[in-house]
Amino acid sequence: MKARRAQNQHGRGARARRVLPGFGLTLGVTLGYLGVLVLLPLGALFLKASGMSWAEFTQAATNERALASYRVTFGSAWLAAGINAVMGTWMAWVLVRYRFPGRRLLDALVDFPFALPTAVGGLTLANLFASKGWLGRWLEPMGLKVAYAPAGIVVALVFIGLPFVVRSLQPVLEDIDREVEEAAATLGAGRLRTFAQVIFPVLLPSILTGFSLALARAIGEYGSVIFIAPKGSEIASQLIWYRLEEYDYAGAMAIAVVMLAASFVLLAGVNMAERWASRFQR
Amino acid sequence: MSIELRDVSKRFGPVAAVDRVSFKVDDGELVALLGPSGGGKTTVLRMIAGLEDPTAGDILVRGERVNDVPVQRRNIGFVFQGYALFKTMSVADNIAFGLKIKKWPAGDRAARVEELLRLFGLEGLGRRFPHQLSGGQRQRVAIARALAPRPSVLLLDEPFGAVDAKIRQELRDWLVRMHDELSVTTVFVTHDQEEAMEVASRIVIFSRGRLEQVGRPRVVYEEPANEFVARFIGVLNVLELRVEGGVARLDELTFPAHGVPEGQGLRIGFRPYAVQVSRNPREHRYRATLRHVYFLGVLMRLELETPSGLVVRSRITKDEFTRLGLAEGDVVSFQVREYRVLARDGEPLGPEVSAMHHAGTLGEGI
Repeated sequence: MKARRAQNQHGRGARARRVLPGFGLTLGVTLGYLGVLVLLPLGALFLKASGMSWAEFTQAATNERALASYRVTFGSAWLAAGINAVMGTWMAWVLVRYRFPGRRLLDALVDFPFALPTAVGGLTLANLFASKGWLGRWLEPMGLKVAYAPAGIVVALVFIGLPFVVRSLQPVLEDIDREVEEAAATLGAGRLRTFAQVIFPVLLPSILTGFSLALARAIGEYGSVIFIAPKGSEIASQLIWYRLEEYDYAGAMAIAVVMLAASFVLLAGVNMAERWASRFQR
Repeated sequence: MSIELRDVSKRFGPVAAVDRVSFKVDDGELVALLGPSGGGKTTVLRMIAGLEDPTAGDILVRGERVNDVPVQRRNIGFVFQGYALFKTMSVADNIAFGLKIKKWPAGDRAARVEELLRLFGLEGLGRRFPHQLSGGQRQRVAIARALAPRPSVLLLDEPFGAVDAKIRQELRDWLVRMHDELSVTTVFVTHDQEEAMEVASRIVIFSRGRLEQVGRPRVVYEEPANEFVARFIGVLNVLELRVEGGVARLDELTFPAHGVPEGQGLRIGFRPYAVQVSRNPREHRYRATLRHVYFLGVLMRLELETPSGLVVRSRITKDEFTRLGLAEGDVVSFQVREYRVLARDGEPLGPEVSAMHHAGTLGEGI
């Protein structure tokens, strides 16, 4: 934006001087890089899917089993990202606001789901929540079946999305001036009101950023879910895999295209909400 | 409303940030808490607000002890050094925040916000967000927000610290005018003695957690209670002298010994304006070279160096400077018209002594 404006003002041959030039070069590399890594595979995907007729496409993309898998995928991703938003805010608050022994260790633990291969995470969770597992043996008698149940998918997705909200929120929380809370108190605001009306609106854009990252990650997750998901209620990625195993490439592509479009709309929606929430900064 | 502190102390661990401080602010006064940074003045302000609990002592507002009244119910307006505006709220919402909590009806609220925007020269800015305002405007929004619910006391922490010099002057004038109009009891913290002298009707001076003096600006300037105050308020030339042969002496400068025994030390101080300078090297008692001239606007600061290397600061008006026709490097003569014997901290100081007649007895041609 700025670069363009500066060029318009000075016209050709009288460009604004900058300490670090190279807009052309850096943008060129960026476009090329994204082109190869993102646009090219996406284009291939659409090309493959476009080989089908419309009827074939709708049949492959909207049959009963495919629709069920979308519901599972987006439903559990949405729920998991929501849980992560709430608990991530909670954890970020504790990690930033309080000083206690072991804080740094706890802080490092948050990144653990990023470092662990997701398949290992899924296996571990499945074992924990299995009817003989450490947690499952207590939960199942209470009627809470997690492993090999829809709840298991949500648990796996919560696990892999854990760091996003915490990490996007920490810098913002650290940045909040204590004086602002004191100002609210001198004006008569109690703790709840201070949090809800003064602190939370500042955090909301970052919570939404973390939420959208966790959501995107959850929609695309495969490795951890396959170990804990129940038979008969599969996520879209699983269904795509089954289609590929059946050499039904076009069917797999059709589901992938739907997933792509839906993810795009969903993330665009969250981003718009985020823009709205951060309107005070513009 | 009046504010009173009785033997108030605040300790942070082993450190006494505020040490047995007592003073009273009368209803409608504009008082400055003045002192070097770390002197405990901000802590005192925060204790009045209820943001900090005193370790010992009582705080009274309108004669009632408020130690146990939480900050939310003390009905004070507090303006923070960094303004602490709510950045997610518009200017109008910032100002209305306290009114909503006090459950003012929407109509009254809007009218009060409008009134304050007008009073504070912020018309038309009600819908802006804080980051879209200049430093001076933010400052005024912060004061408007603090005043909106009609607090009984307005407290300001370094209110003019974060704005540039020109705006600072405007804000000072404006604060005085606003105080005259609203006559709300106001206490502000500053480390700038000039600011305190100019704005406040009375000054409370702190250093290292102790209260040094309370008084009108002119009183603390002319009758400082101790050496700290004398040195902190205004500029002071300070000399360490030793009594020899009945006079206190430091190189060529001599002062009467004031009954101090032979061989003992004596510290005296004199204001730059008390140093009289002449172009005639023989007119006054001491000879010196004019090393530097600093232009301060209406006043000129002169730095005089005696043959033995002592540096004495003098302040004269620009007109007098022109009349004398001085230039850097000139050999001049000077004398000290008035000076003060500085006792140790805590001891009362004697009144300023006129040195003129001594000069006469020492045979200078007046």
